[in-house]
Parts: sequence; C-alpha cells; structure tokens
Amino acid sequence: MTGNMTGNMLLEVDNLGKRFGGFVALENIALSVPAGERLGLIGPNGSGKSTLVNCICGTLQNEQGSVRFDGHPVDGLAAHQRTRMGLARSFQLPRPFVSLNLLDNIRIPLLYAVASRGTRSSASDVEARCTDLLREVGLDNKARQLPRDLTQVEMRKLELARAMAAEPKLLIADESMAGLTHSEVEEILALLVRLNEKGVTIILIEHIMRAVMSFSRRLVVLVSGRKIADGPPDEVMRNPEVEKAYLG
Amino acid sequence: MRTPLFLVICLAVAAAVFAGAVAVGNDYVFFAGYVILQYVVLSTAWNILGGYCGYVNFGSAAFFALGAYSTVAIYKLIGLNDLPHIVPIPVLMLAGGVVSGVVGFGMGYLTLRLRGAFFAIATLALAVVLQTLIVNWDFVGGSRGAYILRPEEVPLIGSYIKYLFLVMLLLAVAALVIARLIERSRLGYGFATIRDDELAAEASGVPTLKLKLIATTISGALMGMAGAPFPYYIGYLQPSSTFGLDYAVNSIAMPLIGGTTSWVGPLIGTILLGSLQQIATVTISSAVNLLLVGVILVAFVIVAPNGIIGLVHTYWQRKPDDFVGRRRVETDAPGSVP
Amino acid sequence: MHAGLCGWVMIFSFDLLINAVVSGILIGGFYAAVTSGVSLSFGILDIVNIAHPAFIILGSYVAYIVNTTLGIDPILTAIVMTPAFFVLGAGIYQIYYVSFEKRGQESLRGLAFFFGLLFITEVSLVLYFGVDYRYVEAPYIGPTWHLGVVGMPLRMLVPCVVSLLLIAGLQLVLTRTFIGRAIMAVAQDQLALRLMAIDPIRIKRIAFGISIATASLAGAFLIIIQPVEPSVGREYIGRVFAICVLGGMGSLPGAVIAAMLIGIVESLTSTFYGPSWAPAVSFGFLLLTLAVRPAGLLGR
Repeated sequence: MTGNMTGNMLLEVDNLGKRFGGFVALENIALSVPAGERLGLIGPNGSGKSTLVNCICGTLQNEQGSVRFDGHPVDGLAAHQRTRMGLARSFQLPRPFVSLNLLDNIRIPLLYAVASRGTRSSASDVEARCTDLLREVGLDNKARQLPRDLTQVEMRKLELARAMAAEPKLLIADESMAGLTHSEVEEILALLVRLNEKGVTIILIEHIMRAVMSFSRRLVVLVSGRKIADGPPDEVMRNPEVEKAYLG
Repeated sequence: MRTPLFLVICLAVAAAVFAGAVAVGNDYVFFAGYVILQYVVLSTAWNILGGYCGYVNFGSAAFFALGAYSTVAIYKLIGLNDLPHIVPIPVLMLAGGVVSGVVGFGMGYLTLRLRGAFFAIATLALAVVLQTLIVNWDFVGGSRGAYILRPEEVPLIGSYIKYLFLVMLLLAVAALVIARLIERSRLGYGFATIRDDELAAEASGVPTLKLKLIATTISGALMGMAGAPFPYYIGYLQPSSTFGLDYAVNSIAMPLIGGTTSWVGPLIGTILLGSLQQIATVTISSAVNLLLVGVILVAFVIVAPNGIIGLVHTYWQRKPDDFVGRRRVETDAPGSVP
Repeated sequence: MHAGLCGWVMIFSFDLLINAVVSGILIGGFYAAVTSGVSLSFGILDIVNIAHPAFIILGSYVAYIVNTTLGIDPILTAIVMTPAFFVLGAGIYQIYYVSFEKRGQESLRGLAFFFGLLFITEVSLVLYFGVDYRYVEAPYIGPTWHLGVVGMPLRMLVPCVVSLLLIAGLQLVLTRTFIGRAIMAVAQDQLALRLMAIDPIRIKRIAFGISIATASLAGAFLIIIQPVEPSVGREYIGRVFAICVLGGMGSLPGAVIAAMLIGIVESLTSTFYGPSWAPAVSFGFLLLTLAVRPAGLLGR
C-alpha cells in the first residue's frame, strides 16, 4: 500500500462546499489532519459538523472542493470504498442493523471492510474479535440481543463499537457520548485514547466540552458551515469569535 | 446443518414426493403439483431480493415470461416449430435463466442506485414494456400466441407431465438450497444490512450496489428458469396469461405470508397458498380464488408482518437464535432510528 | 407529378401530425388530473400508493352506475362523490399509518399492502361487473369541434378542461390555504408542525384523503374519454408514476408539463406506429427518467 504522499497528512479537505438546494451547508472548508492526531470538532447545532462528516465519508457527495485520504483522492468514491481504505465513522443518530443481534452488527465491518484488505481470518477469530469489541464498550452481556432491546446510550456504544470493528486508520466519532454518565464518559474517553495510542487517528465530535477539551490536541470550530478556528484547544477557546458563537 | 447434508435431505424428500405422486395414479396430481413447484421457485427467487434485501419486485411475471419466451424463440430459431423437443429442458432452463438474469442485471444497473420504491415501480414498468414488446414480436407469435407440442412419453419416467414435474421438482430443490446457502453466508449478512439500513451498510464497508445486483440477477435468473418449461406445460403460450398479474401477486403473497426472513417462509407460504388456490379454483372459481389471495395478503401484511414464521416465533416464544439457525427476525423499528 | 405526390403525402402527414399532437395535449390534461393524486401521495407524502389507479377505476364504475340508473352526468356524480372518496382515503391512510408507517416498515409491507388493495379492487370489480367494457352517456360524448384541420372530440376536450381546472384548484389550495401549506410543510419538517401544535398525522390523513378524492373525478373523466373495464387501471400505474417522477415529484405544474409530453408522445406513437405500442411509451419514459434524471424535468 502506498503511503501518504504529502507530508504525513492522513486526511486533507480542500475548499469543500455543500449545498442543499438554496441552503449552503458548508462553505470553503479546509482541514488537514496528520496521522495520529486527536482532533476535536465542535460547533453549535446545525453548524454543519455531521454534513462535513458525511462528505468526508462519502455518504453525501460534495459539489465543491476535494477530499484526500491516505494520499489518495476519494472524491466520487462510494462510502464503502472509503471505509475499506480505513475511514470509519459512527452516526450521530445510531443506525444499527435492527434484524441482526449485536454480535452480528459488529461482525459486518469485519466481514466486509476488514476482509477486503486481504487478511484471511477464521470464523472463530472473527467471533472472538466481535466479542472483544463488545466487551470494550461494555455490551458483551447483551451480545445476542437485538438492538431494539438496547437503551439509547447502549445504542451509541454499539455505533462506536461497529465503527471500531472496521479497523480504521481514521475514526470519526459523532456524538458517541450523549446521555452518558460521568464515569461512562471517562470510559469511552479512555477507550478512544487507547485506540489513538495504537495508531488510530481520531476526530471527536462532541458537545460535552470537558470531554472534548481533555481529549483533543487540536480543536476545529464550525459555525454556520464555515470553519472559524483551528488550533490548540486553549487558544481556540480564547478566540473571541468562538466565544461569540457559543455565548453570543 | 451443513449444506451437502441439507441437499441430500431435500433430494430424499423430493424423491418421496415424486414416488407419492406416482402412487396416486392420476396425472392430475402432476399438473397441479407442477404449478405449486413453479411457485416454490418463484417465491423463493422473489424472496432473495424482496425478503433478504428489502427490494420489492412487482415484475416477477416479466422474468418468468422471459424464460418462457426464450424457449419459444429457441424453437422458432431451430425451426422445429411443431416437432417434439430436441433441445432438452435443462438446457432450455439454462437459456431462460441466462436471459432473465441478464435482464435482471441490466434493470438493476439502471435503477438500483435509487430508492427501493423507485426500483419497485421500475419493475412494474419493465413488466409492461416487455409484454408490449412480446405482443408486437411476431417471431414468437405476438398476440396470436405460440403453440408448442408436448411429446407423449419420456423413456423411464412415463407421461410427459411426469417429466416436467420431475424437472421442476429438482429446480425447486436447487432454489431452496441456493436460498439457504445465501442466507448463511457472508452474502446473506450483507443482504440483511441492505434491508435494515443501506446507509449504515455502506459506512460499514458493504458494497451495496454490487450485492443488490447479485440479488437481482440470481432472483431474475431463477424466475427465468422456472418459466423455461412453461410452454411445454401449457401447450399454447399467450402474452396475456404469461404476463398475468397472478404471477406477480403470488410471488409476493407467498413469501410475505410464509415469512420473508428465511428460505422456509416462501416454501410454507407456497404450499399453503398454492393448495388453497388449487382448491378454490376447482370448487369456487378462479376469480374468487384471486380475490382470496389479495385479501389474505393484505390481512397478513397488516396483522402478521413476519408471516407464519413470525407467528410461530411468537406462539412458542423462542429466541430468534434457536430457529432455523439464523439470528435474524423482522422487528419493529427501534426507538431511535430517524 | 412526383412533386405533387410528395406534396400530398406531406399535407396528409401534417394533418395527422397536428391532430395527433392536439389529441396528445388533450389526453395529457386528463393524465395530469390522474397524476395529481399521486403527486400528493407519492410526491409530497412519500407514500407509494400503487393502488391509485384502482381508485380511479372505482370512480369510473361509480359514475357508470349513477349514469345508467339515474342518468346523471358523470362529472357531477364525481363531484358529489368526492367527500365519500375523501373519507375512504383518510381511512386507508389511517390503516397504513398504524400498520406500517409507525413501525417503519413502509418499504416492503406498505408496498405489498397497496398492491394487495389494487388487486382486491380489480378482482372485486371483475366479480361484480364482469370484464365487459362499460361506458357512460352524456351530451358531450360524440360531437367533435373542428378548428381548421384539427378535430377535437368533446369527450376529450371537456375532461381536459375540467382536469386543468382541478389542478389549478389544487395548486391554489396547496399554496394559499393553511391546510395546503401545512401539507407542503409536513413533507419537509414534521417537527416544526408539532411545535405549532398541529398533528402531522392528521395533516397527512387529510392529504391522502384529498389524493383519493381526486381519483373520483379522474375516474369520471376516464369513463367519458374511453370505455372502462377493471384491468384498465393497470396501464395507468406506470403512466402515473412516470409523470409524477418526470414532473419533479411533488410539483403540480411539473406534472402538467410531463403529462402533456407523455400524452403527445403516446399519441404520436399510436398514430404512426400503431396503438399496441402505446403502453410501452410511458413505462419506457419512466425507466429512462429513473435511469438518467430521477429528479425529473423540473427537478427538486
């Protein structure tokens, strides 16, 4: 596999724009994420964070600008192709596979995204890996239950676990912590830190400021479809425009 | 249960069915049984795309008719219009399967990128377009129809209808084995994710378009194979009956009534509904029979959305795992999915 | 002599051509009325009611019964029957909502439900009325207006005009009245409606009721234009969705343009290639549109 071409940037978003009819959801978004980064993406509701994620991951096609992942341009590639390349995301509103039990939900990315990279795993290996992932998010006791038996919070954990199952190079966690208790937030944060230490680049989208501040080494702020700040967390939070966006 | 064992069991059951039918001593059993077996194939084929993937096909008649008409076309090509067959039925089935499979692939390629609803409407459109084409194509008889003479006897088996019955029996076994194989494979998991949430499936690495095309092609091909021997069964092939709405409605009603999550559903649905229809046609009338199918379909879809399989589950309250080896069951929408 | 023959052939074809086009426009107007119901149910509410043509045929038969027993004009009958069809539509939507939409199963089971309804309606009509063609009598069925070389049968002109009036009326309701705008809004933002203390389900019920109510009128138009038997509805399934998609889904003006376009092409095909090809035209259009530009001509 060819590595990154331009420096060590895992993800490069250049002049990205997305409209829905007359509504401009994203305008001139530029973002460079080096491998190993812990990036926090914040912004008020409706600022375009999820739209940006959708464009990066291929769920939506952007009209303007380009996205490069791992040195390759991904514009026009279907979402599943990007996932195979190592880009994974969890959905802000959980989208579990409702007719499959939790174990099978986790199995899917292993069967498709991971398997397509050439490594052959036995059925028992896959099964073990699924159970491990469920254990990491604390859901292994419900492994054979269906998603409809889960609470909202558990479904978010399942979302995260499923994204992790794709063994990504870059994981985008979209509001995985909403509704979690203090200790649960710490657990998930610890999980993400562990992942990052293993080499996974992480983009964390969250409203829980404490979590974002402690986790991120870099913060990007989106307001009304535009990037208004990009830098170390303390600096960004002292930025008057950012203050205005959140308090003004 | 591993597939080879399943296949052996199916063949054993098939042999028993055939022997039983012969024992009855009346050829009518074969005529009626052929129709039911045909529907086993059609409903199983429909279910691969409809039940497993969630894409509704209203044009089963189109794929069925393509199989039938490719047989007619081959005959007219060879020029042996009224002579007994020289090309054996299995070969004709293969041809019918290829033609229908290709058309299924083509149509899928055009429409599967769109929502399921558009695909469903497109299949309706396909049925009408194909019927119009056939009606205007004199080579295969056009609206006047085409005659195919059935040979009298086949060595070793007996009357021709027994031969047709046997062939369709084997095709039914093949269809069930294929469906079950798919269900338990990686492909089956992929199909389920397409049905549950296509967007999430894509995000998880599932190549949804490719899988949908596979489903459409296999489904179409099987339907075409079911249609290929039909000219021999019916003797006189007419577009209006071949493209009839009863094929469309039955291939949808049977899986929905039996249960769409597994290969067992279409089988149960076909046997129940098929027998009911044979009885109704004979005792009341064929129009009332069709009305019954429509009413039962609507009733089941409203009251028992998981079909008979679902009813059995609820009644016995078993966990989904324990039944037919697949950890899958249709469910109500979960609370949070938008 | 050669030039004269060519000239004669040209005039003959031109006559045929202009009549085919006018005929297409007239029937296009009618097609638009037929589609208006689907523009509401499918274009705006996202409900794939493939049984819509069945309700139209039902409307035709109702007009037929009243016309043959009481001698009342079919369009008048249809107008009187509109409330009944509205109630029918509201009832069907309620069943649909409770059984499918609420459970999130509208894709497979909802489709099967409507398909079942289509089937039941058609077969019931066959059982009750048989497969003979039925027609109505009215003073404008028969005479033809001639404008130069163009002949406009009144049985096509009257439904066309009333159809366009119906659509204009619907468009006014959708854009100017409160209910109409609520209907347009329910397609896009249910939450906003709830915040205004309006029950989106009630709005959808009303919208679907209106959709089926249009079928009553469309049915009357149909039986004025041509004799009807139960399976006639089937050819309209494709037409109606083709026009709806081509016209840009929820757009009524779009539906009118698309309907006229399809009407003209069908008419030309019928005139120059023979009527047996006509059913394929709209369905072919549909397949093409879906393949090439699913957003339709005036796409959303």
